[in-house]
Amino acid sequence: METKSVMICGVGGQGILLASDLLSQTMLEVGMDVKKSEVHGMSQRGGTVISNVRFGEKVFSPLIRKGDAEIILAFEKLEGLRQIEYLKKNGVVLVNNFVIEPLPVACGLAEYPEDVISIIKSSIPDAIVIDALSLAKKAGNARSMNIVLLGVLAKKLEIDKKIWYYVIEKRVPKKTWEVNKRAFDLGYEVI
Amino acid sequence: MKVLLSGNEAVARGAYEGGCRFAAAYPGTPSTEILENIAKYKDVIYCEWSTNEKVALEVATGASFAGARALAAMKHVGLNVAADPFFSLSYIGSTGGIIIVSADDPGMHSSQNEQDNRHYARSAKLAMLEPSDSQEAKEFTILGFEISEDFDTPLLLRLSTRLCHSKTVVELGERKEVPVKGYEKDIKKRLVLPAHARLRHIYVEERLKKLSKFSEQFEYNKMEFNDKSIGIISSGIAYQYAKEVLPDASYLKLSFTYPLPFKLIEKFSKNVKKLYVIEENDPFLEMEIKAKGINVIGKEIIPITGELNPSIISEAFGKKRKSVTIKKMPSLSPRPPALCPGCSHTPVFYTLNKLKLTVTGDIGCYTLGALPPLNAIDTCVEMGASLGNAFGMEKVLGEKSDKKIVAVIGDSTFFHSGITPLINIVYNKGTSTVIILDNRITAMTGHQEHPGTGKTLMGEDTVTINPEDIVKACGVKHVFTVDPYNLKELKKVIKREVERKEPSVIIARRPCILLLIRKREVGKPFYVDTEECIGCKICLQLGCPAISMKNEKAYINELFCVGCGVCAQLCPIDNTMIQRENDS
Ligand SMILES: Cc1ncc(C[n+]2csc(CCOP(=O)(O)OP(=O)(O)O)c2C)c(N)n1
Repeated sequence: METKSVMICGVGGQGILLASDLLSQTMLEVGMDVKKSEVHGMSQRGGTVISNVRFGEKVFSPLIRKGDAEIILAFEKLEGLRQIEYLKKNGVVLVNNFVIEPLPVACGLAEYPEDVISIIKSSIPDAIVIDALSLAKKAGNARSMNIVLLGVLAKKLEIDKKIWYYVIEKRVPKKTWEVNKRAFDLGYEVI
Repeated sequence: MKVLLSGNEAVARGAYEGGCRFAAAYPGTPSTEILENIAKYKDVIYCEWSTNEKVALEVATGASFAGARALAAMKHVGLNVAADPFFSLSYIGSTGGIIIVSADDPGMHSSQNEQDNRHYARSAKLAMLEPSDSQEAKEFTILGFEISEDFDTPLLLRLSTRLCHSKTVVELGERKEVPVKGYEKDIKKRLVLPAHARLRHIYVEERLKKLSKFSEQFEYNKMEFNDKSIGIISSGIAYQYAKEVLPDASYLKLSFTYPLPFKLIEKFSKNVKKLYVIEENDPFLEMEIKAKGINVIGKEIIPITGELNPSIISEAFGKKRKSVTIKKMPSLSPRPPALCPGCSHTPVFYTLNKLKLTVTGDIGCYTLGALPPLNAIDTCVEMGASLGNAFGMEKVLGEKSDKKIVAVIGDSTFFHSGITPLINIVYNKGTSTVIILDNRITAMTGHQEHPGTGKTLMGEDTVTINPEDIVKACGVKHVFTVDPYNLKELKKVIKREVERKEPSVIIARRPCILLLIRKREVGKPFYVDTEECIGCKICLQLGCPAISMKNEKAYINELFCVGCGVCAQLCPIDNTMIQRENDS
């Protein structure tokens, strides 16, 4: 199998690292070589977070090169737009219709573009827009937004749902299993 | 068993499997998780947060003297702090195997410079290994102890941010117990006074020759022949990037990168038509290879500055991919990191800004006080610099200067390297004002314990060392502790102390808000009474991520607000910012 690249981007505190951990672990479970990369440190204090996940028979670089991502999963829409040059021609964009204002915007020093979704769609008409917050609330906890989005992504990857469940159970506390699996399913059914 | 481990986790695992008994570090991105993960093996590996990197290397050296396998880990600039013992240790060599881990930060994700610590191996004349993924990070840690013992050398294990923080597949092994050799006095080896050191220097030069031979046959210095029209020499994470972009080229992958295997390099160069070196940051391999008269292309096409990545290599070799472009891309606001809502540093910087003071800064979360809208810090050099910088400026500018100078330093940074410059201020008759931002933890790097927290890395209770006691013992007579949430008091004390003609220290004490959130000890959120709010935007000057404007009125995001109430103290209209009585 050719190496596949998935980029997950958003803002520190959105649960991106857990989502990308679950994705990587699932690929390891099905016997693939996996590499994933993100930077810890400064960027966690409310800054941009980008996680690169790559899997296949043999993976070399943990970083995705520009124009090479099969899928970009954006937890926050401005961050999705920011990383768009990493998308492959005909790649898939999954974007959470969710805004977190960067500090310069909140302080009135910069503006948040009004029509991020339509800007993305002008180049990628098939971009899939998700309202993950409502789905997460429906699942029983607004904080399960990251798992909703992971569910959306999972649909695109054609791996048995049981393996995803197994990996989720191995990683999250037992008392959150049900909420997380509900969140995952709600995401899975979006497409 | 196969698992996904980050490079840092893999080094920790390698220390465990390789029989390490002693590990020390001072935290620093991207190296911090090495010791945090070694702590999982605390039953068999003694481990600690040392007060700084120099101390970390000194205690590890002591453990090696006693015959145990030992490791000291630090970020790249940490090795500058530890450089003094590092160079002596090269002459002394090892008893128990000793590894110094240097985690470099190309791209400066969380650092003040982009220094390439491979140069340290050359200047200190000791062995160096560079892994290119987590499996190698684990194996090279184990091998590193063996090489260190076999060749009586300290070993530099050189990592970089992407290696430290990327997870790749690792096959786990068992721990090999290595007995502690015990201590035997040998002053010719361990007491480097000139008469002994002269002999040890001769030994070091001999050792380099032996290590060169070893490097020639080291199994991880490896040729991979493919299309011979392009030959690439590479090491570390750069090798993985190159393989990604140029899978069909021939490679000489180097892992033992000091001293280099020149015979192997020559052999490889003769077998390929065009020879390239692909390396991140400095032309370290390139200069060594060129000095041997072998012609290579390197920094002509691969930049020295910034983090390397496969996109850059693609472009350098004319293999850029077509990517999606947005026709009308708007300008996107950057998303800089920010001080948290309720951060105890925020009111201090707000006050320093309002008092228009010149502020020499230091390194920690609080360096973010330099960014807008706080704009409160003038300088940041390295850990511990704020005090000396303030003193030097004051001596030159003198009392006539219309701007008063204040040094700000975090608690962990104060213990790390703030004490000696404080003594210097007192001893050399300074008048500096120092603010210690005591949030009771090493926050920047993810909440590590330090001498002021009462806990060790191994989770044991220990004495709590109070900055007040240290400051007084250094001879400072004017020491004041304030709660930074109390804006009036804070302003009064700072204003008074900068005028004083003697050294004074203000300790602004309140635990890091993230610690309080974890303990659920935060207040109820505030909201804005929009009828009262006059839209003056004074509250926005705090740069609190919970506050923004909505319809010309202040708006508080109650999901973020932790109820510190600092904004309410600033608000010119009474009863505009109101604290909820119950969770909404
Ligand atoms: C020599 C050196 N070692 C380590 C670091 C990494 N580092 C930066 S700031 C810091 C400590 C910050 O703690 P503190 O001074 O308590 O400030 P806080 O982040 O809690 O505000 C560390 C470990 C560094 N920059 N330089």
